[in-house]
Amino acid sequence: MSPTEWVIEIASILLLAAGAVFFFAGTVGMLRFPDFYSRLHALTKADNVGLGLTVLGLALRADSLATVGKLLVIWALVLLAGATASHLIARSGLRRGIRPWTAP
Amino acid sequence: MNVPLAIAAFLLLNLAAGLWRVMRGPTAADRMLAAQLFGTTAVATLLLLAEGTEQPALRDVALVFALLAAVAAVAFVQRVWSRRTEDVPD
Repeated sequence: MSPTEWVIEIASILLLAAGAVFFFAGTVGMLRFPDFYSRLHALTKADNVGLGLTVLGLALRADSLATVGKLLVIWALVLLAGATASHLIARSGLRRGIRPWTAP
Repeated sequence: MNVPLAIAAFLLLNLAAGLWRVMRGPTAADRMLAAQLFGTTAVATLLLLAEGTEQPALRDVALVFALLAAVAAVAFVQRVWSRRTEDVPD
């Protein structure tokens, strides 16, 4: 392994591990937060960052530019779709009268 | 050691933990949120598996999962949650 390959491998492993940490944070938030809105907050942001870091880590290992492009397109799609879906769910929650949690 | 496969396994464990929220609820929206989490995590898992097992076709499966998660959320808001009147906690 040449030094450049070594650096790329290490950077990729670090990015993948950071992505896994963000996914873990998202799951913990969804399990532990008190109400629906805060769970939405934990999950959408942490998970999309986690996926972004995973995509970056995998892009460093990819063998062709087309693969990198595909990974980035998948991430962009998940970002757009996730933002839209979360907004829809939060709005219909508000319309149905679910009140945000306040400290007791 | 195959790093992508190890991280994919960790994400699967995350998914298993998320099932607890599907079971508990308490509202339908909480279950839907868990489904959203599964969508994003499944995309990441499939991308890692595509790299770890050298099966590029799995990237296309990840793309389909991303689309399906979006469609599922919209369908839920439009058709399921807007009709029923139960499960509004105070």
